[in-house]
Amino acid sequence: MSSASGPRTGSEPGRRSGPLKKLADFFDDRTGYRAFVHEALYERVPGGARWRYVWGSTLVFAFITQVITGLVLWSSYSASAQTAWESVYYIQHEMAGGWLVRGLHHVMAQAMVVLLALHLMQVVIDGAYRAPREVNFWLGLILMKLVLGMALTGYLLPWDQKGYWATRVATNLAGLVPMIGPSLQQLVVGGPDYGHHTLTRFFALHAGFLPGTLIGFLVIHLILFRKHGLCAKQPLKKPDSMFWPDQVLKDVVAMLAVLAVVMGVILLPAVRAMVEGRPIVPGELGAELGAPADPSQPYAAARPEWYFLFLFQFLKVFEGWGANGEFLGAIVVPGAVLGMMFLMPLIGRWNLGHRFNVLFTFAILVGAGLLTGIALQEDYAALWADREAYADAEQLIEETQNDPEKIATALGNDETRLAEFQAEAHELEAIRRSEAFLSAVQQAEFDAHRAVELAGRPERIPPGGALELIRNDPLSQGPRLFAQHCASCHAHVDPTLEEAPAMLAASSAANLYGFGSAEWARGLLDPEAVVGPAYFGNTAHADGDMVSYVTDDMTDADTWSDEQIEAVVLALAAEAAVVSDESADVEGVDADRLEQGRALLADEERCGSCHHAGENETEIGYAPDLAGWGNREWLIGIISDPNHERFYPETNDRMPSFGVAEEGGVPALSAAEVGLLADWLRGDWYRGE
Amino acid sequence: MSENAPIPPAGDRRSFLAKIVAMVGGGLATLTPVAAGVWMSLDPLRRKSAAATFLPIADVSSVPDDGMPRQFPVIADRTDAWTGFAAEPIGAVYLRREAGSDTVQAFTATCPHAGCFIELDQRDRCFRCPCHNSSFTLDGGIVSPSPSPRAMDTLECEVRDGRVSVKWENFYSGIEAKEARP
Repeated sequence: MSSASGPRTGSEPGRRSGPLKKLADFFDDRTGYRAFVHEALYERVPGGARWRYVWGSTLVFAFITQVITGLVLWSSYSASAQTAWESVYYIQHEMAGGWLVRGLHHVMAQAMVVLLALHLMQVVIDGAYRAPREVNFWLGLILMKLVLGMALTGYLLPWDQKGYWATRVATNLAGLVPMIGPSLQQLVVGGPDYGHHTLTRFFALHAGFLPGTLIGFLVIHLILFRKHGLCAKQPLKKPDSMFWPDQVLKDVVAMLAVLAVVMGVILLPAVRAMVEGRPIVPGELGAELGAPADPSQPYAAARPEWYFLFLFQFLKVFEGWGANGEFLGAIVVPGAVLGMMFLMPLIGRWNLGHRFNVLFTFAILVGAGLLTGIALQEDYAALWADREAYADAEQLIEETQNDPEKIATALGNDETRLAEFQAEAHELEAIRRSEAFLSAVQQAEFDAHRAVELAGRPERIPPGGALELIRNDPLSQGPRLFAQHCASCHAHVDPTLEEAPAMLAASSAANLYGFGSAEWARGLLDPEAVVGPAYFGNTAHADGDMVSYVTDDMTDADTWSDEQIEAVVLALAAEAAVVSDESADVEGVDADRLEQGRALLADEERCGSCHHAGENETEIGYAPDLAGWGNREWLIGIISDPNHERFYPETNDRMPSFGVAEEGGVPALSAAEVGLLADWLRGDWYRGE
Repeated sequence: MSENAPIPPAGDRRSFLAKIVAMVGGGLATLTPVAAGVWMSLDPLRRKSAAATFLPIADVSSVPDDGMPRQFPVIADRTDAWTGFAAEPIGAVYLRREAGSDTVQAFTATCPHAGCFIELDQRDRCFRCPCHNSSFTLDGGIVSPSPSPRAMDTLECEVRDGRVSVKWENFYSGIEAKEARP
């Protein structure tokens, strides 16, 4: 037994005595706490405890959870552009229990939004906003705004791509407020650009101003709630009872249910992993952490948290409204809805007012639900769309390059067919948007995973932050640089994939997938492959000496045995020593064959008649230098300047010199970027455990 | 003093003065930290972005002359409050040349609707914003109906000795007029 039974003993003198009782008496004499506790617990509940009264208590519970987990997170969080993501990474992936605390904070925040909606609905349906409770209803609405404000500000704090881009949109919308908008935006952002001070301000709002204000309003909300008493739902079905313990018991059960749902959401992926026999990675449970925020890197998967998705979707409703649309969608309509809610207690006085209020609340919630559904439907449409049905429209768009006149001609200027086509094209565009979104999500997941992998390296994160790691990572940057600078001619596709033939056919230069590996070299020396699109088929070299040598001389079994060709393949792979190529591992191959291959490469009757290789005396300039073929330095050389005498001084087909510029000019790629491309092509990047 | 001694009624002149002094004094006492706090909180309004300078982007030869835009990073020194970054990517532009023309058009990649990053759809030959479905033609024009209030924002562009420089600016989003941020 402890002093928890204090309040009772206070009203029943003489039941117990002893040191504890004396201590309790000492404090009660000086504070009067027993009366206070009694006041708090012995509230009359007209008509007895009911489940419909639990929502307010679950919200208080959720808020307390947020305060506790928030304070612990605060003690490990560092709000600056170079440390925010990094400290959250450390919390999520390295600190004991970090994933659980962060997961609780993240999921409980979402639960709070749901509970707010339920609490509001219950209050409106029960008419609990009517006299004398108007002020308390208004306080509740203010509390709701504060909670949503904390949700909005908290989204940015990890400083990942998702939070960064969503916040850019949210703060840009703040700029639309009449008169003060631009200044307001600059104040919130902490300057003209997003950075340290955006984080410090959002953090101060999230952990200081907003919860501080919330606690103040919550205390008044609860005091007023007690002053007016519970707004009992009529008719009363049972005799009155006390708040303690009947209603408290129901409240506690509801809190446990909320907690169970929250924990379920956090632990569901762990259960799934267990069922599928995969290892459970604690860092992947609970709240997501995207790749670090990068203002120069587009983030096409940018979406607000699900409970703000209806506002996001609402902006799309005003297509074609110009600036008025955005102003209406982001400021006027949401403001009007909120204003309407503030008026509810006044409207409720009028005869039909209460019904109107209930209908209005339902309409808003149903509308928000519908908008959320549409937003999700638009984003995920490609998952269930029948892509085949649009094949004709797609082909027509491709053939005509989406030129309206050519399309009209192709359809014989038939208006019915044109209308049909336009409807199909419209649907097709929606599917493509969804596809783009889904692939952006996939890319975002990849980037996030990679950022975590790099942050976990033994060298740790440099002082410049995790973004530095990503910007210097061949695996992250290689594909982007390749897509931007190389992919208009070169393919980079695993030839065994189903989609490979189409991609190769569309390319106009060699497939660089696995360049430098034995497999790649083998294809180069294959008479069928070398004239195909994966090598020289679509280039000016298709009629060159190399192709004719491979197709004519090397097919003559008397000059080139299969064994000799394979030896050359090994020798080439050994030159390149591509990281991901096992056959390039010199120690693993037969030293004699390697020697044989090297001799064949340098042989002035064979490869060496055109190529400089090994110790031979063939001058460089006619054909690419095979000394160091495909190694890092060689690749950097050819990407920087293919016209260099080591490569194609006379016979360069179309390749630009990416690393050199005319005097005083800017090269298309910096030395670092060329290095990243070379490393990526060679599969040379950090691999986690 | 006895607890039961009568308290003189408030309302005489002396007590009126006490009330005024108490209110003014208390007000001043609280307002001082509030005013200091507001002063400091308004500091961001004094900050100007380093924008609106011409930055070298690329050689003209690296801009395709077939009307298809190409994305280039904008590299510049940047300060973020107390941190200085040397030569960092601070954003992106699309450069474009009409077939056979030497005139380069430059667009910022920031969407004029709500500030997302506009992407180029090579297949459909148009620009698309991934956030609220705004589309733009290859020359930056608006594709109606669009949530965007205006066409893509062009940037001033200079070509000198085969090099393209762009006047890097940020614009207010969501309004019809293209207005540069200070």
